[in-house]
Amino acid sequence: MSVARTRLLAPWRYRANRRLGEAACVLLGLVLIVWSLAPIYNMAVIALSTHEGVFAGAVWPETPTLNSFYVVFTEGFWYLENFWHQFGNSFFVGLMTMFLTLLIGSLASFTVGRMRLRHGALLSNAALMTYVIPASFLAIPFYRIMQIYGLTNHLWAVIAAITTFATPYAIFILSQYGKSIPMELDESARIDGANPLQIYLFIYLPLMAPALVAVGTYALLLAWNEYLYNFLMLSTPQSMTVAVALAQFLNSDESPWNYMMATAIVYALPPIMIYYMFRRNMAAGLTMGGVKG
Amino acid sequence: MSLTQQALPVGSRLPSIAIGRRVRRSGLYGSEHRWAVAFALPYVFIFFAFVLYPIAYGLWMGSDPALYRQLFDDPRYMTAVINTLVYVGVGVNVKMAFAFMLSGFFMRKGWWVKAVLVIFILPWATPALPAYMSIHWFLNGQWGMLNNVLWLLTGIDGPVYLNSHWMGLFANIGAYIWKNLPFWTLILLAGRMSVPQELYEAAAVDGASGLRRLTHVTIPLMANLYVVCVLLDTVFALGDFNATTFVSGGGPAMSTEVLATLGIRYAYTVSLPRLGVAEVMTALPVLIPLIFVLMRKLRMSEGQL
Repeated sequence: MSVARTRLLAPWRYRANRRLGEAACVLLGLVLIVWSLAPIYNMAVIALSTHEGVFAGAVWPETPTLNSFYVVFTEGFWYLENFWHQFGNSFFVGLMTMFLTLLIGSLASFTVGRMRLRHGALLSNAALMTYVIPASFLAIPFYRIMQIYGLTNHLWAVIAAITTFATPYAIFILSQYGKSIPMELDESARIDGANPLQIYLFIYLPLMAPALVAVGTYALLLAWNEYLYNFLMLSTPQSMTVAVALAQFLNSDESPWNYMMATAIVYALPPIMIYYMFRRNMAAGLTMGGVKG
Repeated sequence: MSLTQQALPVGSRLPSIAIGRRVRRSGLYGSEHRWAVAFALPYVFIFFAFVLYPIAYGLWMGSDPALYRQLFDDPRYMTAVINTLVYVGVGVNVKMAFAFMLSGFFMRKGWWVKAVLVIFILPWATPALPAYMSIHWFLNGQWGMLNNVLWLLTGIDGPVYLNSHWMGLFANIGAYIWKNLPFWTLILLAGRMSVPQELYEAAAVDGASGLRRLTHVTIPLMANLYVVCVLLDTVFALGDFNATTFVSGGGPAMSTEVLATLGIRYAYTVSLPRLGVAEVMTALPVLIPLIFVLMRKLRMSEGQL
């Protein structure tokens, strides 16, 4: 690899150095695996423990049982009474947020990037500003606003909130990606008599598909994983999403941690699966320009 | 970057281009213009109804000077300010330094490095809430897995991590790093991959060692991306609510609260929403310049972040 080094070092030392480097890398890899998996393994162990086993603190439960998952699936604990309903709520919020983010984001990026709306820069600056304001800092006035709009305890309050915070990223990414599509396509369609709506529907959207997948996945996961706004806006068992229901376990001191962790795993599985399914698109979205934690 | 900045004034001085532009813009008349406005309206609505209105409402809620006197008299507030500084300072910089180094590690070839990467991004794919709850239990002094493993391996009885201010705070920071490290590593990895391979080859031909290639090729080319990432993550860390809420719970005795959580606590536990807003507002002198710099940077680095 490096010409200079092979000449400077004797062959055996070069080989020894390389082997040492290789060993250090394997070690680093192992450390990374343990670091990444420890809390997740911990989650699984607690979920598989019996109620008493949780407090034994074993590295592997003595009598591993799937009972906690059975309790979650059959809503067999009073914190979990509406689990499937809440699961549905989470899905509804996620899908609606995804749809609205894609719709509003693609329309805005189309009009700014492709139609060159006058003062369009103002719009992208507004989006950029929203993107860099921490959502948690806006939470209290946002809650008040939702009270004024009469939306508290409605899923739409959360959908509105998360759409608000997801759309700027969508506009950012979609505008970046849109630059790679030649303007001549729009122009020739216009000459053929297409109106802007037709250009948007039949030229812009199909060509933007990869970016739309990235942005849609992002919005879906953001909505599914969001806690603070869910917690503030939704307080009745019927309106709650899984995130709020999960955090409820912490309200009481003697919560069954095995049930809680089983719920946590069931809640974590859909986003993990979606994430690994769309990993390539997500990575493409990231390199396309935007970043959001 | 400097190239486009230089090219722009030249371009606009050329009459033909200027005219060409005007012709294109004037295409937006009549129905075209109406369409363009209609397409922009949904976002404009969102921005006014859910961004500007809450901001204005927040400014109004926190406009009473008495609130700030009350705030500065509260010792918990000063603790939260110091915690936030430590949280953001350590959390962001340590994470970014590691992300930069690990992105170099993941550039290596070989199937097992790819396999490690797949496992390594699991924390990012996992929702924050379950992960932080698990870390909370993991660190439990009596029944937590960490102390158990410590006991099994070394016979040392580990401390009760979440019962002390500093250990609690660093547990939160560690959890935040654990959750977000993969994301930033991926970003920096993408940045490293976009560095043209020819530059490294040319440097190697010139006899540059590994260290020199790092300092003279990788670092200069990635500096801008790195700075943007640090600034962005500073904003994210400043607003991070979940790690503190679910790992230490703000305890013991509210000593590990940060600005993002203390404001919510004022508003919803003590029912002083105005005080909560005022508390958040005290972050504005730091936040506003940060937002300005970030907007500039993001706008400039369009397409090449």
